[in-house]
Amino acid sequence: MNLLRLTAMEALEMMGRGELSADELTGAFLDQIDRHDGDVAAYLYVNKTGAREAAAAAGGGDRPLNGIPTAIKDVLCTEGMLTTCGSRMLEGFVPVYTATCVSRLTEAGVVNLGKTNMDEFAMGSSTENSAFGPTRNPWDLDRVPGGSSGGSAAAVAAGEAMWALGSDTGGSIRQPASFCGVVGFKPTYGSVSRYGLVAFASSFDQVGPLTRSVGDAALMLQHLVGKDPRDTTSVAHPEQIVIPEDRDLSGLRIGVISELSGEGIDPGVREVFQKAVSTMADAGAQMETASIPHAEYCIPAYYILAPAEASANLARYDGVRFGLRAGGARDVIEMYEETRSLGFGDEVKRRIMLGTYALSSGYYDAYYGQAQKVRTLVVNDFDAAFREFDLLVSPTTPTTAFGLGERVDDPLTMYMSDICTVPANLAGLPAISIPVGLDGGMPVGMQIMGPAFSANRLLQAAHGAEAAVAFNRVSPLVEERD
Amino acid sequence: MDYEPVIGLEIHVELSTRSKMFCGCRVEFGGEPNTRTCPVCLAHPGALPVMNRQAIRYLGRIALALECSIPERSIFHRKNYFYPDLPKGYQISQYDQPFAVEGGLSVSVDGEMVTVGIERVHMEEDTAKNIHAGVSGRIAGSLYSMIDFNRSGTPLVEIVTKPHIHSPQAARSFLNRLKNTLQFLDVSDCNMEEGSLRCDANVSIRPVGDRELGVKTELKNMNSFRYIEKGLSQEIRRQVGLLESGERVVQQTVHFDVVTGEISPLRSKEEAQDYRYFPEPDLVPLVASADFVAGIREEMPELPADRARRYVSQHGLPDYDAQVLTSDRELSDFYEESVSLYGDAKTVSNWVMGELLAYLNHTGETAGECRVTPTALAELLDMVKGGDISANIGKEVFSEMCDTGESAAAIVARKGLTQISDTDELEALIRQVIEENPAQVEQYRAGKVKVIGFFVGQVMKQTGGRANPRVVNRLLKERLPE
Repeated sequence: MNLLRLTAMEALEMMGRGELSADELTGAFLDQIDRHDGDVAAYLYVNKTGAREAAAAAGGGDRPLNGIPTAIKDVLCTEGMLTTCGSRMLEGFVPVYTATCVSRLTEAGVVNLGKTNMDEFAMGSSTENSAFGPTRNPWDLDRVPGGSSGGSAAAVAAGEAMWALGSDTGGSIRQPASFCGVVGFKPTYGSVSRYGLVAFASSFDQVGPLTRSVGDAALMLQHLVGKDPRDTTSVAHPEQIVIPEDRDLSGLRIGVISELSGEGIDPGVREVFQKAVSTMADAGAQMETASIPHAEYCIPAYYILAPAEASANLARYDGVRFGLRAGGARDVIEMYEETRSLGFGDEVKRRIMLGTYALSSGYYDAYYGQAQKVRTLVVNDFDAAFREFDLLVSPTTPTTAFGLGERVDDPLTMYMSDICTVPANLAGLPAISIPVGLDGGMPVGMQIMGPAFSANRLLQAAHGAEAAVAFNRVSPLVEERD
Repeated sequence: MDYEPVIGLEIHVELSTRSKMFCGCRVEFGGEPNTRTCPVCLAHPGALPVMNRQAIRYLGRIALALECSIPERSIFHRKNYFYPDLPKGYQISQYDQPFAVEGGLSVSVDGEMVTVGIERVHMEEDTAKNIHAGVSGRIAGSLYSMIDFNRSGTPLVEIVTKPHIHSPQAARSFLNRLKNTLQFLDVSDCNMEEGSLRCDANVSIRPVGDRELGVKTELKNMNSFRYIEKGLSQEIRRQVGLLESGERVVQQTVHFDVVTGEISPLRSKEEAQDYRYFPEPDLVPLVASADFVAGIREEMPELPADRARRYVSQHGLPDYDAQVLTSDRELSDFYEESVSLYGDAKTVSNWVMGELLAYLNHTGETAGECRVTPTALAELLDMVKGGDISANIGKEVFSEMCDTGESAAAIVARKGLTQISDTDELEALIRQVIEENPAQVEQYRAGKVKVIGFFVGQVMKQTGGRANPRVVNRLLKERLPE
């Protein structure tokens, strides 16, 4: 039996029935890491000994996620375990505390397989901005896995983790999930604690699951949500997260966002997406055209607001208290300049400069102020759309995974990878990407968005769509183990 | 030409809450460096601030005591700049939506009550402390610098006055009044040497009668009210000198050297920092509901002006006494406790304002530091009232109590100071005094009754002041020839 094809829910059932041990399960994933991570490079740190010990200790336990091999994006602090955010700045950095979301999963029994690669400080859409080299797409090693949670998406797609934690600021869970043919869920802003999530853009960042199935996303989410006294922007999720069972889509009014599914979307992607829309209609959903009139302003607004917040969030990397410090500086200003010149990569520097500029005296109103207004307009657009529709859909990305190196010198084209995902971050809404087909052998994702805190409705519909579309494909790296 | 100074003050008050503004670390002065720190106040990656409710209550007290209005919603901003004592690279502060606005504090200036307007009162956090190693302890010429983060994140309230102050003396009176108010509020220890109360002053001058403000300079980080007064006087002289000689005042920060009494420029406006303020995304807005404000109002300690009114109306003290006693929190507490133990308010007031205050002024101690407690004073006053000792002996005993900390009874017993009221013992003395001074007896007989004072003095001299003057008077009148 190919254990790498199992969902977490299936594995838990088998372990519950005594047909599978936690040791065996973790062993299978560690083997796959051994076999393929040299090529895929999903991990920055593999917690081999720790994972084996945790799996051994999990044997026979009755915790709800007992023994599930889990990958953790390297943007989440893990006490005593390297946390680099894909940056030279934090090379060798070992946090003194663990992120709330990681603690919650660990307490529920998961086995931490290690820390996954990412675009430096979560800035990027291809994982090529990692200071430690790119991750490759398990469906085609010459292509990118997406980003910034590319390591987590690739690990799940390559059978190197049963599921993974990612973070999403402008699409960083959904876009790589789409590129790698897995499920990726960004919860409503405030659902999951950000304590211990190394901040990129604080008013956008959310932690969420990358999984093999919608059911698994719901299962992990059950253990992630909740108010954390250490994050005042977190709230108690108004409803308990339910594992979706019903596959019926009938009665759901679903809007297809015209601005995000027509022009600008690759014809191949559009075709797969349209087919999925028809399939959902066949399954009973009422599929109609919807509009988010200000969609085209989302990317520009995002690239003002997120870098503005980032410029402040990344000020703490100054060489004074932890992380990299450039030697030989004559005074503190020189120490700052050299440390930050050496420690940050180009994309991070670009965004710090963008953000600093946008907040500067004399420019604030024209940039930051205007972008905040756009944000309000987008929130209003969604409010209006959700008065008509239960949910909204679009392709997750305008193209399938592009080639390694193809866009590294063209930041604007790179930024456009997030055109469909950024609106949900601006409005703080929950959104999921599920694989709905292949185009040229590469996975295509469909994004479903819902009103704030509608996770249950969203997961229910995604579960129904997943069943109707019946994608059922895995990457060649998992397939070869059948 | 005559010039009028225009002065505005910015006062920073460290609150004496148990824990820091945004984390659970204790607030205390001194201690081993870097022992009261955590990921939050060290700005480790992923750490988030959580607001200290107690600090907001203290802030509320200050705002109400300064008769400010408190908007229902205020927000935090990030104030961005790089400095090693600022771990996040930004200070969490308030900017265009502060906690409280538009208040005032009445102070007596040249015997007249003047209300100094309060522009705003807002909440922020303190920085760490840089310690420069080397000969001078100043940054220039130091070998290296060390940072103590114990102070990092201490709750700090900033109070900004309107430019309503027109002399250095008035500035000092305002600050004394403010400090006294803060002490009555129990929100800060207001220790200037330890930096829990700090003051910056903005000053400009304009021809008397002009409405337009002149160019201002700023005196920063003055650590005593006396130096603020001196520094402002010196700076005003400097500005007058500039204008008289046809030069201009340049907007800049100036330094007042307390040793040489000279003013030197620190930095000019052109080099001023751009703090790139923007709303702090890690904290939700601070909501001061009507209930919250009512709650603060209820827990407000009695303010000095209220106490003074009560001393007049309930204790029957003259207004002057009430003002003096309430000019200092500890003095006022000392007085109140003594009254509660002894009863007669005016007698206590006379002793506190006379003997105690003289001693405190002489030694520089505060009423709380003095070795004589209210209980000890009440015992002493009881002895005077009971006729055990005379009032004059009582003053002597009080002084001894201050020096040794002994009780009045112990001192009286040790030194044999008990008042002599025994008629037989005094009769003998009086007979002797009359015999020895025939000339004065003759004067008395001739109608110069005042000479009786001479005889009383003689008896006192013989008894070392212990004779009961009332008894001596009576006996003398009986014995002296008509």
